[in-house]
Amino acid sequence: MAQAASIQPGNARGGSTRSLDVQRWGALIGGAALALYGLSRRSPLGMAIAAGGGALAFAGARPNAKREPIARSSVQVNCSPEKAYQFWRNFENLPRFMHHLESVRVTGDNRSEWVAIGPMNSRVKWNAEIVNERDNELIVWRSLPGSEVSVEGSVEFRRASGDRGTVMDVMTTYRPPAGAVGRAVAKMFGKDPSFLMRQDLRRFKALIETGEIPTVEGQTHGPRDVMTAAARMVDPDRPLPRGASMTEVAAARRRAS
Amino acid sequence: MKAVCWMGREKVSVEDVPDPQILNPRDAIVRITSTCICGSDLHLYNGFMPTMEQGDIVGHEFMGEIVEVGPGISADKLKVGDRVVVPFTIACGNCFFCQRQLWSSCDNSNPNAYIAETMMGYTPSGLFGYTHMLGGYAGGQAQYARVPFADVGPVKVPAGIPDEKVVFLSDIFPTGYFGAENCNIQPGDTVAIWGCGPVGQFAIFSAFLLGAERVIAIDHIPERLQMAQRGGAETINFDEVDDVVQALKDMTGNIGPDSCMDAVGMEADGHGLLYMYDRAKQAVRLQTERPIALRQAIQACRKGGTVSVPGVYGGFIDKMPMGAFMNKGLTMKTGQTHMMRYMKPLLERIESGEIDPSFVMTHRVPLTEAPQMYRTFRDKQDKCVKVVLDPWADGAKAA
Repeated sequence: MAQAASIQPGNARGGSTRSLDVQRWGALIGGAALALYGLSRRSPLGMAIAAGGGALAFAGARPNAKREPIARSSVQVNCSPEKAYQFWRNFENLPRFMHHLESVRVTGDNRSEWVAIGPMNSRVKWNAEIVNERDNELIVWRSLPGSEVSVEGSVEFRRASGDRGTVMDVMTTYRPPAGAVGRAVAKMFGKDPSFLMRQDLRRFKALIETGEIPTVEGQTHGPRDVMTAAARMVDPDRPLPRGASMTEVAAARRRAS
Repeated sequence: MKAVCWMGREKVSVEDVPDPQILNPRDAIVRITSTCICGSDLHLYNGFMPTMEQGDIVGHEFMGEIVEVGPGISADKLKVGDRVVVPFTIACGNCFFCQRQLWSSCDNSNPNAYIAETMMGYTPSGLFGYTHMLGGYAGGQAQYARVPFADVGPVKVPAGIPDEKVVFLSDIFPTGYFGAENCNIQPGDTVAIWGCGPVGQFAIFSAFLLGAERVIAIDHIPERLQMAQRGGAETINFDEVDDVVQALKDMTGNIGPDSCMDAVGMEADGHGLLYMYDRAKQAVRLQTERPIALRQAIQACRKGGTVSVPGVYGGFIDKMPMGAFMNKGLTMKTGQTHMMRYMKPLLERIESGEIDPSFVMTHRVPLTEAPQMYRTFRDKQDKCVKVVLDPWADGAKAA
């Protein structure tokens, strides 16, 4: 599969994220060890050590709130840059494969109105304009000043080596405003925006290569058990399979939440 | 319609479920006339494949008549009334992999690709009725099934050939052939095949077809070994020898077979301490497989030889004899079968009378008897080798 979150050489962000993870795990494991050690001493000093360790472990386990609201991913599609560019350039096509979008309406030469689906079926709207583009190579868009949410996006198209179609590098950055709308936007993109983008690009690839997006949504099945039915109702797009291993379930939950 | 549903470990039942519907433009609906239980379905039955859900319709070996086609399928490719065999792998025909004939690696047919990616790095193609990791598609042990990308996979078969001669084109015959092709057989070669189930039987036939001079088949079920002998193979009953590897050495002048094929997969049977170790670890989920046949195949293969693995594995194995593999300079070839390469050529061989694949079938029963047949097949009772289910039968029919 020619899809992966792009880690570009010389990209400092990739490195810093990794060291952050190491720090968090270090805090979690070290903190837990301290807490256990403290508890085992059964003395006032031990209690103090245990409390300190517990706090450290808690800090390590807490999700990192300062993650940059940026999504980037890359996909190789089996078509010419021209075809991929033209399909994307008509922004009204985007909701067909970007599942958080309800609609995009092209309102002028470079202008468009976007409606996204937030939590609890709420709607978040913004207007955007194309600020830079080169035919069959690049599209850059940005939300207009005064929008509810500030979004920037870019997609680059280049011919893949060995006549293997087109490689697309896609990036979006969003800065949610404070308040309810901000929380809705943050929720919409989840804790792993790059994962959601990879899913979007996978759908884009299937759509442009085969004319459809593979699905089992709405297919027939036998009686589900309560847990499976509940998991599917909460998140129909992403089943949490009952027989999945612990690590798979944890990974899927992390991405979905 | 009636469908065989996975309801938990060692629990399948026949349920009344809604009929399948067209969900995508290139879908078709097939009315199933024959459908089989595959050895790999037993991995689901025994609960060793992760990401099954209660209520999943199982089965991936089926054929029947097209009763509905989506708007994206042109009439010259497929139309209502066509009689087709459906391959167990789902392929789009448009992606990088399909265009290189790597059909079972199709990039666009697994809607749950992200689950497979966490386990394997990249996803293989979607499969019918074989875990959510591999697509979550409803399977074909049912009266009807939805077939995605129906203009790519299904192969038309003329009226007049009975179902039982062609239904095995849906998986096991091409899979046995693919396993033999992966053996890289040169004229005069000796091929050892672990597992005399249906895939092993077709692999024996295919190995001779591809130029092997000797085939040595390994199993411990008497009727399966007899079937292999009828196919021209020499046999080893591993219950009757101390050491399969030594027996193979003795039979090949201490050189070893040129190619070794593991047609068993993740739930191999065996003897001795290592077998007990594997069984225990698998039972408590510390490893997902019992790779006894694979280890023996690597150990037994002659220097510079080829190990072919059509047997299904799902996760991780222990004590892979990497030293033997590296130092002997072996090659391993494996994969889910690239079905569309083989279905038409093998259909021609059936039509010409060169082979009648129905020799593996021992049971033909109504779909409603599937739950008992899973147990019979798993426990190898009643001389069971291959079960074909009839979704529309009222009473039992002997094969």
